Amino acid sequence: MALAAAYPHGGLLLASPIQAAARLLELLPSAAFWRAVGNSSARIFGGFLLSCALAVLLAALAAGRPRLRDLLAPPVAVVKATPVASFIILALVWLDAGSLSLFISALMVFPPVYLNVLEGLRQTDPKLLELARVYRVPFRRRLWGIYLPQVLPYFRSAASLALGLCWKAGAAAEVIGLPEGTVGERLYMAKVYYQTPDLFAWTAVILVLAAIFERGFLAAVDALAGKAVR
Amino acid sequence: MEIRVEKLCKSYGGKPVLTDLTAAFPPGITCIAAPSGTGKTTLLRLLLGLERPDAGTILGADCRWAAVFQEDRLLEDLPAAGNLRFALGEVPGEAGELLARLGLDLSEPKPVRAWSGGMKRRLALARALLAPSDALALDEPFTGLDEENRARCLALIRERGRGKPVLLATHDLTGLEGAPVLRLGDR
Repeated sequence: MALAAAYPHGGLLLASPIQAAARLLELLPSAAFWRAVGNSSARIFGGFLLSCALAVLLAALAAGRPRLRDLLAPPVAVVKATPVASFIILALVWLDAGSLSLFISALMVFPPVYLNVLEGLRQTDPKLLELARVYRVPFRRRLWGIYLPQVLPYFRSAASLALGLCWKAGAAAEVIGLPEGTVGERLYMAKVYYQTPDLFAWTAVILVLAAIFERGFLAAVDALAGKAVR
Repeated sequence: MEIRVEKLCKSYGGKPVLTDLTAAFPPGITCIAAPSGTGKTTLLRLLLGLERPDAGTILGADCRWAAVFQEDRLLEDLPAAGNLRFALGEVPGEAGELLARLGLDLSEPKPVRAWSGGMKRRLALARALLAPSDALALDEPFTGLDEENRARCLALIRERGRGKPVLLATHDLTGLEGAPVLRLGDR
């Protein structure tokens, strides 16, 4: 990148890291920057949280119900294999641009979280469940003592993967749907006007946001795991 | 209180494990002695309600059980107190003393994962003896214990099991002379 940037008129074709960093510093104090960050974060992370809740709920229901598991398997496989761009274009038919990134982010998060949590539940030690039954251990204690320690490592690894996916897919949805005042819209504008410093600056913003949300969320999961194992 | 089974049958994959078993388990220790694979564990699992018989009747077993399973079935990431709290809802006041009599320390902070096999077995027994129960099902509770610890455990089983049916599946009847024995392999 540095070599390409050194080429004459390189600033137009490919901004140098210094130019990108300088642009980022210019953007930081503006209210529009923080509005875009806030809007995109709320939609993309909101989609992640909603999808996680739905995936965990359905995995919990499907773990003990083979028919529900069979019913959910084909749509999950379709979502897993279909290119995200196809979903974005299809979703634009029904959804307004503002809801698009939330929906796409949720859609990308669902398969890994659902499948991993389901696998974690299926690996739960049946002998410990028998012990809990004989000793009449109530559900709340079974949840903290047996299910959470078993499922949380599966959920953690799925969440880590899904957080990366949802930022990638959510930003792509914003670039196509162009909701006003979002990171995706700013990326699109950077592309239209060949503003490569802006393009890199906003890309860096997405990377930083993804890293912050991943660290924060995984720290919360680890804290929960620590509480479960007491 | 007495637990009875009448004409109890159970088979797995067409192979009969228990056939027309009729027996009574009055208060006190009843030993269930049999070679491996002749239905000791199956009988206890039927009584605990973990499996359904193919035929026959179980009377009086619908009560509060406490059990030692063939395996220790402890939460490996928890210390002794955590394991008691999980199964019993709290650490009973007498737990410290009972564990000490079994050579265990209730305040030991290490998770049981780091414990020896014999210590885990004694903790599994302590859990069963501390649980409020009407009957005890003990499946090979002395596995991995030396003579001294076996004697300590047996003394506590006699003491804590007084007045309730105690079904003790074992292949070694040492120290259990005088207790009624149900020999499954003999029938």
